Amino acid sequence: MHDMSAHAAQHHAPTSFIRKYIFSLDHKVIGKQYYGLALIAVYIGMAISWLMRFHLAWTNARIPGLQWLSSVGAPGGLMTPEYYLELMTMHGTIMVFFVLTTAPFAGFGNFFLPIQVGAEDMPFPRFNMMSFWITFVAFCVLMSAFFVGDGPPLSGWTAYAPLSAVGAIAGPGQGTGQVLWAISIALFCVGQLLGSLNFITTTLDLRTKGMTLMRMPLTVWAWFITSCMGLTAFAVLLPACILLILDHVAGTSFFIASGLVINDKMLPHSGGSTLLWQHLFWFFGHPEVYIAIVPGVGIVSHVLITNMRRPLLSHKVMIGCMGALAFLSYMVYGHHMFVSGMNPFSGLVFSFPTLVITIPATIIVLIWIFSLYGSKLRINSASLFALGFISMFVSGGVSGFFLAQPSLDIYLHATYFVVGHFHMVMAVAALFGIFTGTYFWFPKMTGHMMNESLGKLHFWLTFVGTYAIFMPFHYLGMAGNVRRYQAFVDDYMQPLLGVHKFITIAALLTGAAQLIFLYNLIHSRFRGAPAPPNPWEATSLEWTMPSPPPFDNFGGKHPVVYHDPYQYGIEGSSNDYVMQDSPEQIHTVRDEK
Amino acid sequence: MSHANVAVGAHSQELSEGSPFSIPTKKLVMWLFLISDAATFAACLMAYGFLRNATPDWPKPFQFLPTVVNAMVMTFILITSSLTMLIAIRAAKAGNKSKAFNWMLITAAGGIVFAILHIREWLGMIGEGATLFHNPWGTAIFGASFFSITGLHLLHVTGGVIALIVVGLRYRGGRYNADDIEILGLYWHFVDLVWMFVVPFVYLLNVAPTH
Repeated sequence: MHDMSAHAAQHHAPTSFIRKYIFSLDHKVIGKQYYGLALIAVYIGMAISWLMRFHLAWTNARIPGLQWLSSVGAPGGLMTPEYYLELMTMHGTIMVFFVLTTAPFAGFGNFFLPIQVGAEDMPFPRFNMMSFWITFVAFCVLMSAFFVGDGPPLSGWTAYAPLSAVGAIAGPGQGTGQVLWAISIALFCVGQLLGSLNFITTTLDLRTKGMTLMRMPLTVWAWFITSCMGLTAFAVLLPACILLILDHVAGTSFFIASGLVINDKMLPHSGGSTLLWQHLFWFFGHPEVYIAIVPGVGIVSHVLITNMRRPLLSHKVMIGCMGALAFLSYMVYGHHMFVSGMNPFSGLVFSFPTLVITIPATIIVLIWIFSLYGSKLRINSASLFALGFISMFVSGGVSGFFLAQPSLDIYLHATYFVVGHFHMVMAVAALFGIFTGTYFWFPKMTGHMMNESLGKLHFWLTFVGTYAIFMPFHYLGMAGNVRRYQAFVDDYMQPLLGVHKFITIAALLTGAAQLIFLYNLIHSRFRGAPAPPNPWEATSLEWTMPSPPPFDNFGGKHPVVYHDPYQYGIEGSSNDYVMQDSPEQIHTVRDEK
Repeated sequence: MSHANVAVGAHSQELSEGSPFSIPTKKLVMWLFLISDAATFAACLMAYGFLRNATPDWPKPFQFLPTVVNAMVMTFILITSSLTMLIAIRAAKAGNKSKAFNWMLITAAGGIVFAILHIREWLGMIGEGATLFHNPWGTAIFGASFFSITGLHLLHVTGGVIALIVVGLRYRGGRYNADDIEILGLYWHFVDLVWMFVVPFVYLLNVAPTH
């Protein structure tokens, strides 16, 4: 059966380098490993987006040195159309899987979930270690597509069939590259399943004395809800990837319809359905969007409360809304397929829950706004990025109303409007969640403070920059600019080229601003001022321990929790806040019973 | 080696808040795994139904003899093995180690017989020319979906047989206890339950109509 030997054992801090830093069982090290992986991935993904943007704006310009990456894809530094699509596929796959899922969920979640519930570790540390290393191998397999065969696949991060299923005949990268892609994603699914099992059991079973479910910080709730989604969503993508691999290597035709002609050649396949891939993929794909964003919602709430010095209007409604997002996320996936040839009646059915899901999302935003109203918010890098998260979430969410309606989506589908929508509401918002968490928890994770001036500079450049990049996307989409084209030089989209050049310049500058973040991260890690245990005067359990936390988190003691997670602005208390494990008696005015 | 001082399934009430479900952590994690595995099987069966509906020339090649009879025998064996698993769990709970171990081996034997019958059936079909990408009866997707769904199930049975033997030996050696047997039992019953969906969808729906 499985390795379930997580039995009681006295904990010894490992001494060997390998056990301590590489094959570590410590949830904090694994969390940092996930974060580090996401950090590497996000800069690769960003560099790829630079190349793509540069090519879109100056299609016939050579990019010096690109031929070193791929002599076939960019002979003499001039990107071929196929290579543009290959880069696009890799950008999407890297960002969605190895950044937006890895950092806010697996990274911060691993580090802080056990600490915030008062546990010494997760119940199955070996599963946890395997989870990271399987994810790492998945990343390596994906990156190997750059160097093996004829390059990465062309079919985008959604890998739509039949392009993804028919093999090398469909273009470079569709043979070996696509198989590597499918193997990588299948491995990733296994890794996240193992992680989800640990997250759920930690939350349910390892809460310390007094940490009732309603006393858990919102971050814990967010990770818990996310792992519930991960448990079933990845379990559906896994067989889908395996069927895709079978189509490639075993000659099956699950996703290839009969009578398909490619390059004047009729394929021998018969009987499959191209729509089936979309059904399986989006059944995973839509929960995945919320897997990326819900941890951000938790982190932003946590950080805002700490800096507002007062709890949210309603703890319970916030939790309920995150749960509703997760639940509804399984019922809306068909809105990705309005124009795919699905029965139009199905489109109408999927449109309804898609509009309904905006209700919990709106309530979440209103809770933030009304809690912020009249509060004396402490402005620092973390709280700025939390505000930025709300801004992106709203700006990206509003365009969702348009796309949720089949009649409008028929026009807007597969245009830059959609690209702008999901980049703002999912990608950039989730990234802002990661930044919020980083500026907030970096002192705890490393024992050093980050540079606040650089952090604020990073915020303003990123905030203005992302709007400069993604707002024009909506305009382009409404003007009919379709996505996934590698050039707009001599067709009806040519008048829009100026907008593309503006976006490219904005993207290059905003990307460069991320180097400030990287510098801040590395410099602070080694040269930052030493962090006190509780620099933000926060209340949850991670701030009761030294920075960074010792190996066994609570030094062999079991913390006892006496209070709700966010006791700020307490009258008659020595501070304006009471930590969760403080035995101090306080009169609390609970916002709800 | 687990370094955390967390006695899974046995943490003291004074130190922790306790689970909202009154089951040990290991059992909870098995239930969670089964939820996720159920999603995997559901995805495969839904895909199968989708393809079947989308294909006008879906073949119905199975005859009462041998296919349906064989499936009935396999079903009987698998259900019986669930029963023997129950006996093993009951014996383990009563502390009767050798009895529990023997019934686990009998359960594993049931799984092995099931697998042999299954592979024999596969070989027969392969002998008639059915493969993942071609079959003599109609659309190629028939063979692909038949072999992949029954193959996924067979993989689960095989894994279960290995687990039964390994956990059984370690239980006899004192490393695992009765709870572990019960948790493994959950898995075994789940594999049985999945078969209850495979039989009607993959076998009975594809039986040749009699005129």
